Amino acid sequence: MYKIFRFYFSDLIRSRWTILYTLFYLLLTTGLLLLSPNISKVIISLMNVILFLVPLVASMLGILYYYNTRDFIELLLAQPLNRQNIFLGQYFSISASLGISLLAGIGIPFLFYGILSSPEIFNYLTLLVTGLFLNFIFAAIAFLLALKNENKIRAFGSTIILWLFFAVIYDGIILLLLSFFRDYPLEKFTLGASLLNPIDLSRIMILLQLDIAALMGFTGAVFSKFFGSGFGIAISLSSLALWILIPLWRINRISLKKDF
Amino acid sequence: MINIKNLHKSFGTNHVLNGIDLDFTRHGITAILGPNGSGKTTLIKSILGMVIPDSGSIRFMGESIKNKYAYRNHIGYLPQIARFPENLKPTELFQLLGNLKNTRPNLDNLIDRFNLGQHLNTRLGKLSGGTRQKINLLQAFGFDSPVIILDEPTAGLDPVSVIELKKLMREEEARGKIILLTTHIISFVEDMAEEMVFLLDGHIHFRGDKEALLNKYKQTNLEPAIADILRANAAPAQAIS
Repeated sequence: MYKIFRFYFSDLIRSRWTILYTLFYLLLTTGLLLLSPNISKVIISLMNVILFLVPLVASMLGILYYYNTRDFIELLLAQPLNRQNIFLGQYFSISASLGISLLAGIGIPFLFYGILSSPEIFNYLTLLVTGLFLNFIFAAIAFLLALKNENKIRAFGSTIILWLFFAVIYDGIILLLLSFFRDYPLEKFTLGASLLNPIDLSRIMILLQLDIAALMGFTGAVFSKFFGSGFGIAISLSSLALWILIPLWRINRISLKKDF
Repeated sequence: MINIKNLHKSFGTNHVLNGIDLDFTRHGITAILGPNGSGKTTLIKSILGMVIPDSGSIRFMGESIKNKYAYRNHIGYLPQIARFPENLKPTELFQLLGNLKNTRPNLDNLIDRFNLGQHLNTRLGKLSGGTRQKINLLQAFGFDSPVIILDEPTAGLDPVSVIELKKLMREEEARGKIILLTTHIISFVEDMAEEMVFLLDGHIHFRGDKEALLNKYKQTNLEPAIADILRANAAPAQAIS
């Protein structure tokens, strides 16, 4: 798998898209740091961009790269190596290259700013880690959808709808349910619902780390109690990890049986 | 070397291969022919393990290929479409394939023959279709594999390169290689293939050498003979590919 990973990775790292994506984060982060003296505010602004953009870019580039290299996959399939190595190698290379864009784009300006000696370092690290998780999660989902669909347009459509669902529609549905059943105790339901949406889960983890949960009222207190505890953090991280592992397990299964 | 027994493959309700029995044991060039959808590509892809058959068996050097991959070390494959990761150079591609096969490719002679010296360090995305096809030929022929499978090898090649390819195929044949070929260019088949396997609706309709085919259909050229096969079987007017 490492050979395939290294090969695709060296292709991706030189790609125009990777360079543009890194530049975008570099400019955005530098701009925000120059405009605002308050690091917490910069982290919140970046969080809003990351929660929205990382899933979208990871999905779109994941799908695009799969279909762009679809013909080359046939050549790899004719080589003496097993199928899982091809697809996992390709998945990790795209996730890693996007992850490095994110790390470099957001990391370099903060390093110059002196984040390492700042008390905000843990808030900043939470932002980076959740960003990386989202990147690996949505690239895995995109890859799975690409592998399941020979039809490029259908795979693109499904990915965009899924992103829209998690980024926008899911919250709307939860809000509707909350207002509909407001007479009932809904804390556990809300907790459960946020674990099932990786974008929501990432947002809550960052907000709690920044201690803005205080603004969330009673629900915030419940969230804070849960996510703030060691158990809550473990459950949240496991839930994010499952969002990567389940699609990867499916990718593995499908790649074994698929006809090319 | 390759033995195929009672191979069946369907895609949904479309039965593409219906009990194919074939073996390729003698060195030489065999053309696999048939109209679109006759199962040529599926047959080739089954040998390479890209398509998983519903039933039947494929043996390579006496061993079943089911769930195996090491046997592909002995096959050079030229895919129909020569598209490679765009930001990499041909040298990096050969390096990867060499790593996967655990062999150093022997490319110097091929690079000279196809005049590729100046392109080896150019990004693959910047190369023309014809040059990419030559790179494709290099990776298929460069590893000295005993079996070489060529899917539309002349696509995008200029006449000089086609002549070079023909010479190369003859040389490899003389060195004892088994070469399987699919193409829609009948003149190429006529020049190159000693043996032909004609597939129709997932069955082997004809297998034999050119003379046998011409005698059977009382023709002097391959093209009208193949047209006769299609007419006799009331196949729709499709291009042979």
